[in-house]
Amino acid sequence: MTIVYEKSKGLTDIPFHYCPGCTHGVIHKLVAEVLVELGVLDDAIGVAPVGCSVLAYNYFNCDMQEASHGRAPAVATGIKRVLPDNVVFSYQGDGDLASIGTAEIVHAAHRGEKITTIFVNNAIYGMTGGQMAPTTLVGQKATTAPFGRDEAHCGKPIKISEMLATIDGAKFVERVAVNTPANIRKAKKAIKRAFECQIQGKGFAIVEVLSTCPTNWGLTPVKALDWLQDNMIPYYPLQNFRNFEEVK
Amino acid sequence: MSKVLMKGNEAVGAAAIKAGCKYFFGYPITPQSELPEYMSKALPEAGGVFLQAESEVAAINMVYGAAGAGARVMTGSSSPGISLKQEGITYCAGAELPCVIVNMMRGGPGLGSIQPGQADYFQSTRGGGNGDYRTLVYAPASIQETVDYVMLAFDKADQYRNPVLILADGMIGQMMEAVEFKEAKKIDLPKKDWASTGTKGKRSRNIINSLYLEAEDLEAHNVRLEKKYKTIEENEVLYEAFGLEDAEVVCVAYGTTSRIVKTAIKQAEAKGIKVGMIRPITLWPFPYEAFKNINLNAKGMLAVEMSSGQLTDDVKIGIEGRLPVYFNGRTGGMIPTPESIVADIEKIAGGTK
Repeated sequence: MTIVYEKSKGLTDIPFHYCPGCTHGVIHKLVAEVLVELGVLDDAIGVAPVGCSVLAYNYFNCDMQEASHGRAPAVATGIKRVLPDNVVFSYQGDGDLASIGTAEIVHAAHRGEKITTIFVNNAIYGMTGGQMAPTTLVGQKATTAPFGRDEAHCGKPIKISEMLATIDGAKFVERVAVNTPANIRKAKKAIKRAFECQIQGKGFAIVEVLSTCPTNWGLTPVKALDWLQDNMIPYYPLQNFRNFEEVK
Repeated sequence: MSKVLMKGNEAVGAAAIKAGCKYFFGYPITPQSELPEYMSKALPEAGGVFLQAESEVAAINMVYGAAGAGARVMTGSSSPGISLKQEGITYCAGAELPCVIVNMMRGGPGLGSIQPGQADYFQSTRGGGNGDYRTLVYAPASIQETVDYVMLAFDKADQYRNPVLILADGMIGQMMEAVEFKEAKKIDLPKKDWASTGTKGKRSRNIINSLYLEAEDLEAHNVRLEKKYKTIEENEVLYEAFGLEDAEVVCVAYGTTSRIVKTAIKQAEAKGIKVGMIRPITLWPFPYEAFKNINLNAKGMLAVEMSSGQLTDDVKIGIEGRLPVYFNGRTGGMIPTPESIVADIEKIAGGTK
């Protein structure tokens, strides 16, 4: 019998704690498959964030470090400077990366730190129970924005990929989504490129992955995928902003 | 090896490199900026890496990552910068990561001043960051001691898998003295087989972490840490003491202040007053054991410090109410004078304080 599909060796056998319908599982799978396909799993050191994916260190089948809130790029920097030949990645949510950790991600990109960042954007704080994130859409309700995000009060949602794409040290920047099979295939391709960027020593690489939060959005998993398509993608266009081979 | 004349901050860097430190992540702040400046030149020459972080917060988290990758790594700062590093220090303590953190203290609170101070005593000896944790704290009183204890700090950090603090002040950082770089005593250190260096397919994965979601698990972790801290308390206490058995007054001071107190003691003795002294070298673990040797017919204790009375609390704990404890301190960058200390000693000895 031919095996057509099996779980990636890049993942452990520990069951995910994620809510039903949450796309963290899909993104974990893609990262794990890429690490295996590139043959770097045994050299990989991941850095987990604070937030929903705080337990990512339990799931990736490689050495891992758990970082304090927002500091994963600094921790990854410390690791990469000690072990320049290893593959170092951070896996961060939008509260972690786009709020408390903006200084760390901007400066890691600015230094051209040879790390790969997987940035999961679901437009809300998941782990703490649905509070507003810097990425929450205008009008979107959250427990700390009960009448919907008001631009006049707290500004528009932050576009991390667009911002980092202005930084010279960021050599690969792409925004993808995991709401359809086609988009998931594109997401995997981008994640692979982001790791290749590091392996080839080009500089900082980030993939922003638009993700769902059915629990805190108050939607079924399927409706959440639709909501991502209808609301997030128009504001956060899926796009490659920087591709290291084109970067002079 | 012959002696060389060095500025305190630069001597810290030289000692660290001599101790095998290969990585320094820091951010400039007065009065310790000569340390990152020194490291930016000396570390690459020694085959290491200096990186100026975007903030103290980032610097200590780079230290966390590097320590987790098994490196000998250091950062340095001064008081307000150390406050920013407290998040990373508690994470290092929680994840049991060996690293050395140098604090060239200045006056506070807040932005304070750039003059020397000793007001980070509570922060250094009681935790500073969140949770139940301790860090070994060395308080050198000269550039020579600074060099010696920086070198020892790396070994102790590795031995106990714990952050170690060097707590000095702007005076130590800025002054110059002749120092000798002695060969460190070789001690058997545990292998860093816990470090995250990539499995190479040869071992199961290593996880550096301080998160324990189950209450039972976190308590077990804390109990284990507490046991480690007990071992440190039993084995690592360092202090200098003299004249305790027949003293009329016993002074307690550390670091820069202890040198002023020694001058004052000579002056008091010239006036016929017997003065003993305890100089803690480790602030944590604190040398409470030295207090057992104090003559209980003495008139009292005098804690001298550049703060509003933080060391004084430990003196009270050490003497357990058997003698009155008095305080002589200045803050804000002001330094206690020998004359004011002698005046206090005379009052205590004469029963008028």
